[in-house]
Amino acid sequence: MKKLITLIVLFASTVVSAGTLVVNSNQSGESSKAAFDAYVDAFRAAHPEVTVVVNEFEHEAYKTAIRNFLTAEAPDVAIWFAGNRMKFFVDQNLFQDVSDVWADAGLNDSMASTKGSLTVDGKQYGVPWGYYQWGVYYRKDLFDNLGLNVPRNWEEFKWVCAMLKKNDITPITIGTKFLWTAGGWFDYLNLRINGYQFHMDLTAGKVSYEDPRLDATFAAWRELIDPGYFLEDHASFSWQDAQAPQINGEAAMYLIGNFYVPTLESAGVVDKMDFFQFPTIVEGIGVAEDAPTDTMHIPSGAKNVEDAKKFLAFMSNKEAATNWATMGGMLSPNKYADKPTNRFSVMGAEMLAAADDIAQFWDRDANPDMAGAAMEGFQEFMVKPDREAKIRARLEKERARIHGAL
Amino acid sequence: MTFWERNQLKLAPFLFLAPAILIFLIYVIYPIIDSIWVSFHEWNGMDKNGTRANGNPNWSWVGLKNYIVLFTDDEEFYVSLFNNIRWLLFSLVAIPIGLLLALFVNQRILGMRYIKSLFYFPFVINAVVIGVIFTWFYNPKYGALTYVLSLFGLDPIPVLADEDLATYGIIIASFFPGIAYTMILYITGLTGVNREMVEAGRIDGAAGFTMLWHVILPQLKPATLIAIVVTIVGSLRSFDLIAVMTAGGPWGSSEVLAYKMYQESLFNYRMGYGAAIATILFLIMDIYIAWFLYRLFKNEKSEK
Repeated sequence: MKKLITLIVLFASTVVSAGTLVVNSNQSGESSKAAFDAYVDAFRAAHPEVTVVVNEFEHEAYKTAIRNFLTAEAPDVAIWFAGNRMKFFVDQNLFQDVSDVWADAGLNDSMASTKGSLTVDGKQYGVPWGYYQWGVYYRKDLFDNLGLNVPRNWEEFKWVCAMLKKNDITPITIGTKFLWTAGGWFDYLNLRINGYQFHMDLTAGKVSYEDPRLDATFAAWRELIDPGYFLEDHASFSWQDAQAPQINGEAAMYLIGNFYVPTLESAGVVDKMDFFQFPTIVEGIGVAEDAPTDTMHIPSGAKNVEDAKKFLAFMSNKEAATNWATMGGMLSPNKYADKPTNRFSVMGAEMLAAADDIAQFWDRDANPDMAGAAMEGFQEFMVKPDREAKIRARLEKERARIHGAL
Repeated sequence: MTFWERNQLKLAPFLFLAPAILIFLIYVIYPIIDSIWVSFHEWNGMDKNGTRANGNPNWSWVGLKNYIVLFTDDEEFYVSLFNNIRWLLFSLVAIPIGLLLALFVNQRILGMRYIKSLFYFPFVINAVVIGVIFTWFYNPKYGALTYVLSLFGLDPIPVLADEDLATYGIIIASFFPGIAYTMILYITGLTGVNREMVEAGRIDGAAGFTMLWHVILPQLKPATLIAIVVTIVGSLRSFDLIAVMTAGGPWGSSEVLAYKMYQESLFNYRMGYGAAIATILFLIMDIYIAWFLYRLFKNEKSEK
């Protein structure tokens, strides 16, 4: 597989001569591909002197392919993710400093909200092109039938769960087979209980997993696990499998990202759905949200840096930025971009604009090795909560191996 | 006579073999040696001359450290190893079932050819497809298994989400292509069964199970040997079904060595550690391959 990818990349590079720009993309989904193509076409129209060659990869396969092509045969532009996922390659000197693009294209102003997630030691190493909110997508019809209101705090949230459960509706659907959905729950519980800074220290490996402050996070989680508020046998299901109970009206709430909306539309239940922000748990803690940011970078081995910078700087083009983001169901990080029209995106944009802090997501903020081990632990905890002490001891051992003793 | 004309007969076989040997050396032997070499290093898969964020080099010699950690400080390694042993033992069940099916389809009945190909079909299907089908089958909410259990008034069993059952669930899925393969091996073996011996056995009063056990089976020994070795090597390499059906879960309880190797090297950026797991797996397989070759040569000798 790796060899095949190298071959494809090698082949792509031989066809390419000076004045061409090679872009490696992971935008393989139907709507995201169309959105990215629109951006590329707009760029071609604005810069006819540049020949753009796009190498498209399947989204999951891209995650392993990028490590190979960045070192072996680097493209001029690579699509990737902000946060620790970007920092890993910055630390390897595989991404270039693009602070000048930020300054020249006015991104410091227009992209100010996501700048932090692309900055390492005061320099920017990529340009964001889209982000999306996380939150609770719920069946408004089921809530209305039972006379339930959107929960504003933890007590109300638990009460809503109890009422749903009493009426034989699964309160919360989730599929943890591929683990990351459990990471979303941990993110929100910990952000709402211990706040953004503590959460970031934990993802950076600066806090022990046996730290007493995490007791409350796991305890709150248990308040949902013990009464059986989560979908039964969730470890059997992927995040797509877990959509079915909600679409069939058997489950009420789903903590997930806004990429869920196209499915709701095609399943014809979008009119019965609504969205609410994850409720407050501890009063007085700053409101932080998960909003994963997708980005573009210039690899250190890029041959056509000049045109690559034009491609990144083109994100300052309001229209192109708007199109790319909205066509793929995302929000544009460019604050001058047209406001989204989809109601879920509108709610997301408002919620994120009001947030005190923005986290990327568990597996984008944490070291990849640690993220995987931790999410396995979260999944195990969600099924066997009695093993909490054992799980946390195991995670602390992993943390110490990866980040060193505290 | 030129050199070529004099030695043509001796050289020709080597020339014909050369391309195959060359490819075998490049794509099989070299990666094996390279993996073993990598397993003595700590490497994150990046530029070998580069440095990490913490200032350590990407590539450094650590001697036997990876193996020591693996055996003394990694619970998951033992989970994987134990699962591999379960795979090894339970996947052998496919062999007698394959034999039974072979005996069943080895009859002269109208339409048997079609039935034969039907039974063989699972072997032709991609493992990923089989994995997906069985995942649906086990789906505790909408799966066929849940439906069948409900007919008997039983609660659904979340096979793939249960740490004790997941591995067995995947092994059962592996029977699907495994049985088909052993069936074909036995069908081929059955066509070679000596009819005179069967006749002689019949005259001596053997029938049914006695006939099978004392007359047919001994003649199927070569097929059995191949079936066992292929099944064992296949069970040690098991990866695709696990990746599709459980992704090693729940919480790593259905991981095997091959899957752990993939996880460690490609997702956790621990190439050296992954290579050490690969080397252990290689050594385990070697034991079986050595045993296989030993049996093969012994058989050939006794036949001569």
